[in-house]
Amino acid sequence: MQKLSEKFMKAIFFTAALVSVIAVILICLFLGINGILTIEKIGVKDFLTGTLWQPLKGLYGILPMIIGSIYVTAGAIILGVPLGLLCAVFLAYFCPKWLYRILKPATDLLAGIPSIVYGFFGLTVIVPLIQRLFGGSGKGVLAASLILGIMILPSVISISEAALRAVPKSYYEGALALGATHERGVYSVSLPAAKSGIAAGIVLGVGRAIGEAMAVSMVAGNQPIIPGSILSGVRTLTSNIVLEMGYAEGLHRDALIATGVVLFVFILIINIMFSLLTSKERNK
Amino acid sequence: MNKISVKNLNLWYGNHNVLKNISLDLPKNQITAFIGPSGCGKSTLLKCLNRMNDLNEECRITGEVLLDGKSIYHNTDVDTLRRRVGMVFQKPNPFPMSVFDNIAFGPRTHGIRNKEKLCEIVESSLKSAAIWDEVKDNLKKSALALSGGQQQRLCIARALAIKPEVILMDEPTSALDPISTHKIEELALKLKPDYTIVIVTHNMQQAARISDNTAFFLLGEAVEYSPTKELFENPKDTRTKDYIEGRFG
Repeated sequence: MQKLSEKFMKAIFFTAALVSVIAVILICLFLGINGILTIEKIGVKDFLTGTLWQPLKGLYGILPMIIGSIYVTAGAIILGVPLGLLCAVFLAYFCPKWLYRILKPATDLLAGIPSIVYGFFGLTVIVPLIQRLFGGSGKGVLAASLILGIMILPSVISISEAALRAVPKSYYEGALALGATHERGVYSVSLPAAKSGIAAGIVLGVGRAIGEAMAVSMVAGNQPIIPGSILSGVRTLTSNIVLEMGYAEGLHRDALIATGVVLFVFILIINIMFSLLTSKERNK
Repeated sequence: MNKISVKNLNLWYGNHNVLKNISLDLPKNQITAFIGPSGCGKSTLLKCLNRMNDLNEECRITGEVLLDGKSIYHNTDVDTLRRRVGMVFQKPNPFPMSVFDNIAFGPRTHGIRNKEKLCEIVESSLKSAAIWDEVKDNLKKSALALSGGQQQRLCIARALAIKPEVILMDEPTSALDPISTHKIEELALKLKPDYTIVIVTHNMQQAARISDNTAFFLLGEAVEYSPTKELFENPKDTRTKDYIEGRFG
């Protein structure tokens, strides 16, 4: 009897595990088959390096969106990583206990805010601010980078902080025993020792930034052009899909799915980087 | 001449009285050993001498520790103190950087930037710690790639690089094999003429082999403190006698 119920539970766990694997495989198949056929139909070169996206004229070049995604992600890294890293250092080494009890849940909460709310915040606060400071519409690379910079903070902070806390205390004590100040111990011994964990946090942040659609599409302006300045409007791979999927049909719809394939490849590369970095950390 | 004097030192972790009214003098250019069973407070006392206990928020100290007659707890900059009183830890703790950078860390911390000067210090420190011949061709290699015994001698070299006056060793050989242990002991004897050394050890033979004076601790008290030979051959206190004869601990 015992044996039978054990077998039954085992089957249930196995099925549950299987479902998630099957989901991943189905997504890959669906994207892969649809996308690759479409890319072939449009032409690999025309699709990936074409600079014009005009579905009505049958032009499906996604280079502006690839570059747009890279721009806003880079912007998010430039703005978000230093801030997040310093915040993690503060939380791990400088924060008094009472303040930590407030700050830690606050940074965690940042991760739980729906992206549409970030979009609203960008639309009502950041876009008007850029308008006032620099003129123009306010929507564009800068606004999207700012919003994404804030959105990647929780991943950068929590993973970097965990990496910093995992650094053996003996390093820090060794530095202090040599007459180093607290700051010198932290910045020249503990921080470098955590670098691969911190890099993993940054990579995860990149993944979040490149995959974000909703908030970006609300503040980016969404013109399918290669942006010429940080104030210029920009469209990312994700917002391209989100904006047009509702009404697209035929080849247009397939081209959007193919855009998803390109995005998927980006995310795959980032995930591989992430697991390489974390396995390096574990092997140390 | 006494390098360090401990006077009526009491230490609490929270409500727990870890060190009870300790008073002892550590003579200059000699090796003093602290022995006693685990939890007797010998490592804690060692950490009082360079104020590493400051890192523990729960820790409270009364009494006085004098270095060359001056209090280290009042009107003393703790970073300067630790520069004068170096420390070697129980588990070798080289920084995850190159051999060179490990040794240069201390001098750099204290403002030496000149590359030639740093090379000079690194070489002389590694030579003093009797590890130069083993690492001279691999100064750029990570210190973590060295063996445990080499790492510990590297840590001693790192401590020597800031030219301390006192070296505190907290069970420096407890994680090492007998050959490495022997090397560290030889090294301690070699360094004695230039430094004042305090060593905490679990190993009574080690204390007998290398130290000039030995203090025996039990439950936070300094039970007996006398020249090493005397303490081992003719202990005055029955508790010391029981311990060195192996009846407990």
